[in-house]
Amino acid sequence: MSATSDMWLLLVTLAKILVIAIPLIIAVAMYVWWERKVIGWMHVRIGPNKIGPFGLLQAFADVFKLLLKEIITPSNANLFLYFLAPLLAVIPAFAVWAVIPFDDRVVLSNINAGLLYLLAMTSLGVYGIILAGWSSNSRYALLGAMRSAAQVISYEIAMGMALVCVLILAGSLNLTAIVNAQAGPKGLFEWFWLPLLPMFLIYYISGVAETNRAPFDVAEGESEIVAGFHVEYSGSAFAIFFLAEYANMILVSFLAPILFLGGWLSPFPQSWGAIGAPGWWWLVVKAFVFATAFLWLRATFPRYRYDQIMRLGWKVFIPISIVWIFVAGIFKYFHVVTIGG
Amino acid sequence: MHSIFPLVCFWAFAIVATGAALAVITLRNSVHAVLALVLTFFSTACIWLLLQAEFLAIALVVVYVGAVMVLFLFVVMMLDIKMEPLRERFIKYAPLGLVVAAIMLIEMLGIIGVRTMDVRPGPNPAGVSNTAWLGQALFTRFLLPFEIAALILTVGLVAAVVLAARTRTDKKHQNPSQQVRVTAAQRVRLVKMRAETGAETPLPREPQA
Repeated sequence: MSATSDMWLLLVTLAKILVIAIPLIIAVAMYVWWERKVIGWMHVRIGPNKIGPFGLLQAFADVFKLLLKEIITPSNANLFLYFLAPLLAVIPAFAVWAVIPFDDRVVLSNINAGLLYLLAMTSLGVYGIILAGWSSNSRYALLGAMRSAAQVISYEIAMGMALVCVLILAGSLNLTAIVNAQAGPKGLFEWFWLPLLPMFLIYYISGVAETNRAPFDVAEGESEIVAGFHVEYSGSAFAIFFLAEYANMILVSFLAPILFLGGWLSPFPQSWGAIGAPGWWWLVVKAFVFATAFLWLRATFPRYRYDQIMRLGWKVFIPISIVWIFVAGIFKYFHVVTIGG
Repeated sequence: MHSIFPLVCFWAFAIVATGAALAVITLRNSVHAVLALVLTFFSTACIWLLLQAEFLAIALVVVYVGAVMVLFLFVVMMLDIKMEPLRERFIKYAPLGLVVAAIMLIEMLGIIGVRTMDVRPGPNPAGVSNTAWLGQALFTRFLLPFEIAALILTVGLVAAVVLAARTRTDKKHQNPSQQVRVTAAQRVRLVKMRAETGAETPLPREPQA
């Protein structure tokens, strides 16, 4: 390879990154609109309906409002960390998308240790929250950061164990290989949600807790600690936290289908012709269902108390997942689950 | 002819790692020092990635950056360490530190020297990823040391809990399994009372003047 081919590879990779990142940012904006609409309907309200058709442009209006607002810095804030924190929150939230496969062979980086990379990147997001809380020099922000750090670390363990179960059955850390391991003639009964049903639920609930969403939103807890770790942030700095949170939610909504619901595979048997054929649209449909479930949870459940969150994570999820790792090992050893089509 | 890109990356990561490691011991703000340590770990992981040891590299990020350093940062933030009194004793302890550093340098050079005399690490078996190869080695050839290491870690964990746990008698605990088993009869007692007629208890009269 020469320097010019290096350069060319770099440019192509940059173009691919933009092809993932720009739709992701637009998806975040539309997700915010969808959240306000769905929660509006669940509250028997209309939701945003003034700007654009069906209020579709509301999210963009909000983005421009946030970008044009003044950024206020608290006195005695540690300025370097105060502005570093939003970046530390958003960088891992976007970096994870490098290993997400959208279809067979449609992935930015088809690395062998994709699942581990995913775990590594999602565990980095907590730095943004802790540093934001500490550097703001505000009591509410610090309380939010403390709650968030404890919560994210606790649920990471259960989430990691759910990933271990998937890894045992699929026999690979590569996300494309994991989806292909769920292929088979029987459609949705070949997917990992069936043998790993408890882990599937634990993964999704831990995903909700990891993203600090209701009913696990004690880190923000707007009725107790105002807005938690980002209470002092305004304007575009706040918008970046917002972007990171919603990008992470969309990520969990994509990962749950990839790991447990056959990714881009069709739920119908392969012999059913066109609707049995795999394709990226299946992944998008499944992710949309999970993304909407996030909003459903928010509109339905009251916030968990802090000690109840800790109890659920440590005393319920972790024991169940330890047992299920053993069960998954037995499934694998006795070939109960067929791997691959 | 190999591409120069990995070499450029190596130097960039190596310079960042060394610079961050220096920052850990020179920065005045302890939170900044912890973050510099995070950067050191991260750059080291990147160098390991260049060596195609992807499992070790990402495990370093997951374990040290994602979990250990988060707790570390947490503790440092809560403790409010005053750096100035610590600095006053810097000169006093500097000779001892230099001796330890020199011994460690000699030891590391020794290890590197022994390694270079040895043959280069053999390539992975064809078609098997680094992670799969490592997993197979750990669970077949090195199963006993692996299990012993796991046992030692578990013992350490239990010991830490035993040392840190204080059983307080004045603390009120909730037992969720008891809470959900509560029935209405245990919480509310319905008492039958005679209906008031108003005749038994006459209204108090105004005192007459």
